[in-house]
Amino acid sequence: MSDIVVTGLGATTPLGGDVASSWAALLEGRSGIGLLTEDWAAQMPARVIGRLAVEPGEHIDRVQARRLDRCQQIALIAAREAWADAGSPQVDPERLAVVVGTGVGGALTMLAQDDVLEKTGPGRVSPLTIPMLMPNGSAATIGLELQARAGVHTPVSACAAGSEGIALGMDIIRAGRADVVVAGGAEACIHPLPMAGFSRMRALSTRNDDPEQASRPFDKGRDGFVLGEGAGLVVLERAEFARARGARIYAVLAGTGVSNDSFDMVQPHPEGCFAALAIRLALRNAGIQSADIGHVNAHATATPVGDLTEAGAILSAIGDGAAVSATKSMTGHMLGASGAVEAIFTILALRDQIVPGTLNATDLDDDPRVQALDIVRGAPRKATLRAAVNDSFGFGGHNVALVFTAA
Amino acid sequence: MATTEEIQSGLAEILEEVAGVLPADATPEKSFTEDLDVDSLSMVEIATAVEDKFGVAIPDDELANIRTVGDAASFIEKNQS
Repeated sequence: MSDIVVTGLGATTPLGGDVASSWAALLEGRSGIGLLTEDWAAQMPARVIGRLAVEPGEHIDRVQARRLDRCQQIALIAAREAWADAGSPQVDPERLAVVVGTGVGGALTMLAQDDVLEKTGPGRVSPLTIPMLMPNGSAATIGLELQARAGVHTPVSACAAGSEGIALGMDIIRAGRADVVVAGGAEACIHPLPMAGFSRMRALSTRNDDPEQASRPFDKGRDGFVLGEGAGLVVLERAEFARARGARIYAVLAGTGVSNDSFDMVQPHPEGCFAALAIRLALRNAGIQSADIGHVNAHATATPVGDLTEAGAILSAIGDGAAVSATKSMTGHMLGASGAVEAIFTILALRDQIVPGTLNATDLDDDPRVQALDIVRGAPRKATLRAAVNDSFGFGGHNVALVFTAA
Repeated sequence: MATTEEIQSGLAEILEEVAGVLPADATPEKSFTEDLDVDSLSMVEIATAVEDKFGVAIPDDELANIRTVGDAASFIEKNQS
């Protein structure tokens, strides 16, 4: 079976408007978390967010931007960066596919146009409403730009969607459907309705008096996740195709594992056994032993339950030997983009042989599963890394694990 | 009542806002779809903007008959109250 390699990276995140600035900020331990400044924020119990560091309007033509939902805009920005970073591969359009996962797609458009409908009636609703709100709009926007004709797909699997996008990208190449896939995830839904909904679930941190301390994965004082926004896309290629064109190779996407808890709509299985299953499947798929995994970029959203079950899953599937990072402590939770952005961080960890630190894990949870993990707290740590795992989990029970190996 | 010149310049402003058409290109003989690359969704947006600017509603069946910038200007001129 062909190897699948990563040849291009693109992202826009709360830490930076591209991959280089996001990665640099992450290694410096900078927080991308701040406070909502909008008028509606006052009535929100949770006012802490991870807003994009660079507004998409700075990178996208005004006329094009007004036809795209914010989620689609940032997906396009990240895809352009990834494509250019890969050297704009010369590929037959019928051998090029796009996969962009998302949690909710064009939610901001749907909500804004609902306001128009309520205030001024159906005759004033924008004719662009449907293409801007449909969840597949981000993938289609990139497909249009790159003329991708081997399929354009959108996994919708909540907070696992970005990872599932990369996993599906690998499947497409392995199935022989494409030589090159632009894959990842995008999300932009900072708005009162999603924030109110997550707040009513008690899912969001309410540490409004200290935003940079709000996202506290694995810490005793964690009180929920911080909603962020962002996009991450990678260029995946069949290794022979990439080598034939002399592409620079960041890492090998060695294996993927997908499972579902099918236990509860939003609660993870308390034993984390099916999250562990996804990791085991990914290791088996990659043909790699758990002892070879030097680093895990954890999902670790800083919810009270999720961090514990994930810690158990990592221990069960990988053991206690991998250096674990929880980068949502700096980015917040970008929902359907998080798995893709964190996959990029995992790839860069392998390239630079460094494990990012975790902010705010100052007083680790007493749970023995957390205590047993080697969580890299504070500053990043130099390491010799051959293989690394990125795992992601989403409402609906979705579990996705990706295994990358050094190029 | 807007003058012919005001209608022409108003249409040019709308076209620039909605579709990024340079005002110098928005001349009466230009076809929206063939010359100015305005798609059917943008035509609906232009109709809404015309109603806001000139108080002239363009019914959907009329919109299909408007092919050029000049067609739009004539429709507005005839139907403004």
